[in-house]
Amino acid sequence: MDITKLLNEMLEKKAKGELKAKDRYTIPMQEMPAQDAVARRSNVKEVATGYTAEQAHLEALRCLQCPTAPCIEGCPVRIDIKGFIAAIADGDNSKALEIIKQNSLLPAVCGRVCPQEVQCQEKCTVGKKFKDIGQSVSIGRLERYVADLNQSSAVPAVAPATGKKVAVIGSGPGGIVVAADTRRAGHEVTIFEAFHKPGGVMVYGIPEFRLPKAIVQEELQTLEKMGVKIACNFIVGRTRTIEQLMKEDGFEAVYIGVGAGLPKFMNIPGEQLVGVYSANEYLTRANLMKAYAFGKGADTPIAVSKKVAVLGGGNVAMDAARVAVRLGAEKVYLVYRRSEVEMPARIEEVHHAKEEGVIFCTLQNPKQILGDDKGNVKGMEVLRYELGAPDDSGRRRPVEIPGSEFVLDVDTVIVAIGNGANPLLQQTTPGLQFNKWGNIVVDDNCKTSLEGVYAGGDIVLGAATVILAMGQGRIAAAAINEYLKT
Amino acid sequence: MYEITHKKQLSENAFLMDVQAPLVANARKAGQFVIVSPNTEAGERIPLTVAGADTAAGTIRLIFQRVGKATAQMADLQVGQSLGYVAGPLGKPTHVEKFGTVVCIGGGIGNAPLLPIATAMKEAGNRIISIIGSRNKELLILEEDFKAISDEIIVVTDDGSYGRKALVTQPLEEICQRQPRPDLAVAIGPAIMMKFCCETTKKYNVPTQVSLNTIMVDGTGMCGGCRVEVGGKTQFVCVDGPEFDGHQVNFDQMMKRQGAYKDLEKKAMDQYQEHRCRIGLK
Repeated sequence: MDITKLLNEMLEKKAKGELKAKDRYTIPMQEMPAQDAVARRSNVKEVATGYTAEQAHLEALRCLQCPTAPCIEGCPVRIDIKGFIAAIADGDNSKALEIIKQNSLLPAVCGRVCPQEVQCQEKCTVGKKFKDIGQSVSIGRLERYVADLNQSSAVPAVAPATGKKVAVIGSGPGGIVVAADTRRAGHEVTIFEAFHKPGGVMVYGIPEFRLPKAIVQEELQTLEKMGVKIACNFIVGRTRTIEQLMKEDGFEAVYIGVGAGLPKFMNIPGEQLVGVYSANEYLTRANLMKAYAFGKGADTPIAVSKKVAVLGGGNVAMDAARVAVRLGAEKVYLVYRRSEVEMPARIEEVHHAKEEGVIFCTLQNPKQILGDDKGNVKGMEVLRYELGAPDDSGRRRPVEIPGSEFVLDVDTVIVAIGNGANPLLQQTTPGLQFNKWGNIVVDDNCKTSLEGVYAGGDIVLGAATVILAMGQGRIAAAAINEYLKT
Repeated sequence: MYEITHKKQLSENAFLMDVQAPLVANARKAGQFVIVSPNTEAGERIPLTVAGADTAAGTIRLIFQRVGKATAQMADLQVGQSLGYVAGPLGKPTHVEKFGTVVCIGGGIGNAPLLPIATAMKEAGNRIISIIGSRNKELLILEEDFKAISDEIIVVTDDGSYGRKALVTQPLEEICQRQPRPDLAVAIGPAIMMKFCCETTKKYNVPTQVSLNTIMVDGTGMCGGCRVEVGGKTQFVCVDGPEFDGHQVNFDQMMKRQGAYKDLEKKAMDQYQEHRCRIGLK
């Protein structure tokens, strides 16, 4: 059916107060428009191009406005999802954005990178009705739609100066939230960033084709307009220690949002060969350092690969595989120990990766990486697995099939199996308490063992998401503002 | 920020620069390095050891060899111009204490990172024997600086054009044979030189520290590009080093990793040289 006609029909019913649940169920879930799968293999432009106005309006009408609104429970920052979708359905997109912004500072980012299918959309009544999460109301796409409409970037009001200084370590999603919330309370805020460009994982990690850097830049500019200072090339712990910031430089509160930042490897033979990368390194070279333009304005090289194996099944693995496709690899294999249903990556990323020709090798795990006499990767020995009984995580444990080894012909291997905790602050911050994995120990208010020092995101949680980091940032900022009142 | 306040060409391809970076100057200790880039936008990030600092002037001293595009771009910058950025200091500082007699072995551009360590060791009350070498007389750097802090100094060149005609390992072996044996050796230079220094000192059980200069991106532990095998375990040079027990380092593997981008680096360097010609630099 023609989408305009359908929308008009539904709006007519709505106006008369006759739009019933059974009508809403008839509206087809609106697919996300995307760049052509072949064309996008050779560009770095955003893949998902965003809803049209009609699509967004229709999708919003799919929401039942159920009284319990279980979706809100599924959101780590408790956005009033029901409320913002009602606003879109009423045609009031700016009100929708206002509602989102009460809880989330970065809707254009979260609409794109949140794993909605295990958060808000997992709980959606519409999805439950169809017994298919894929049929849930597309909350993330609607969030992105209204966020993208907001062209005028109004600068949030800042309370009169308190004369107190807050240091935010790390300019990723958590740091941005803490900076905004503490600045709004009137404190003098400085963000310290180790890299030469701010934005954290949203700039070095998540590729342009999934999260355009212009969006992140805009958020950072808003912060600067609010009066937040951003000091790049500043490694807290080395350039200045936390103790120096607090005792000598006048900062009364500190937020640590440094991310995880110590890539894990498999500990299998051959991992030191040339052509083996951590996903962090591969993505940083490609995204932050723009290695895709090597020799054409950018100076950081990256392997020129023909056949690439990416190890892992999360979003970072998908990002690395899809970057490899765009860098011109002929074959990209995604090697994952479990089966596809256990993959932690967003469904949309898995779908996009497959469309782009990434070959999924599930229930397989590398045994060793093989090298030639010059120390370059020339292949990877892989073992096949089958699913056994469920393990502690509730997922069925992969069990190796003896004798099933075979060699995958690859020249590059990218390890995307997560990050450990970066030891830099542990080495340089006496008194700060860490757990046995090197993560910072905090209480319910994100307060650490040191007076005035708060922490959140990956360095606390181990492996989190943009939205969880933001959620913790919110909590920490509130606690910091409270702490600085005294 | 990051303005070049002093520049000197030490040899055909070695340059010395003092760069404005007051916080780094203040914080740095012997053995630490910085990540620098010649320009802010798309320049490569490269690690360089801090060869010294003037806290009053707020400057750090960098000594580097023109080997690739980034270092060539840096070498073309003049006093008054600025580097893109300097981040640091990074890495664990050298463990300095009174060991007794410390042999400091430097090769080529390795003399630059060795100097602050040798100086700190001297200040801690050690007796310093320096062995500094290069391929030929023209390439030898920092001889006077080493003379000033050494109790004994041996200069060698591969071709005999200056000092003794020898590799650094020859005088090193002789010193290891002395009684009492030196208490510590510190070797910094090309990987192959460090490898053979370590093989030499191992025979005499002289503990040997090396400072590794592997490929890095962030320099803070995040990328893992700098990883080396030390004692059979993977270590990150940026956060676990840059100094390690040389007897435990897998140098052969490290050398292969150092050459990972040889072809691409050459391409970038050739392009840059062509660009320099076109704009009349040479």
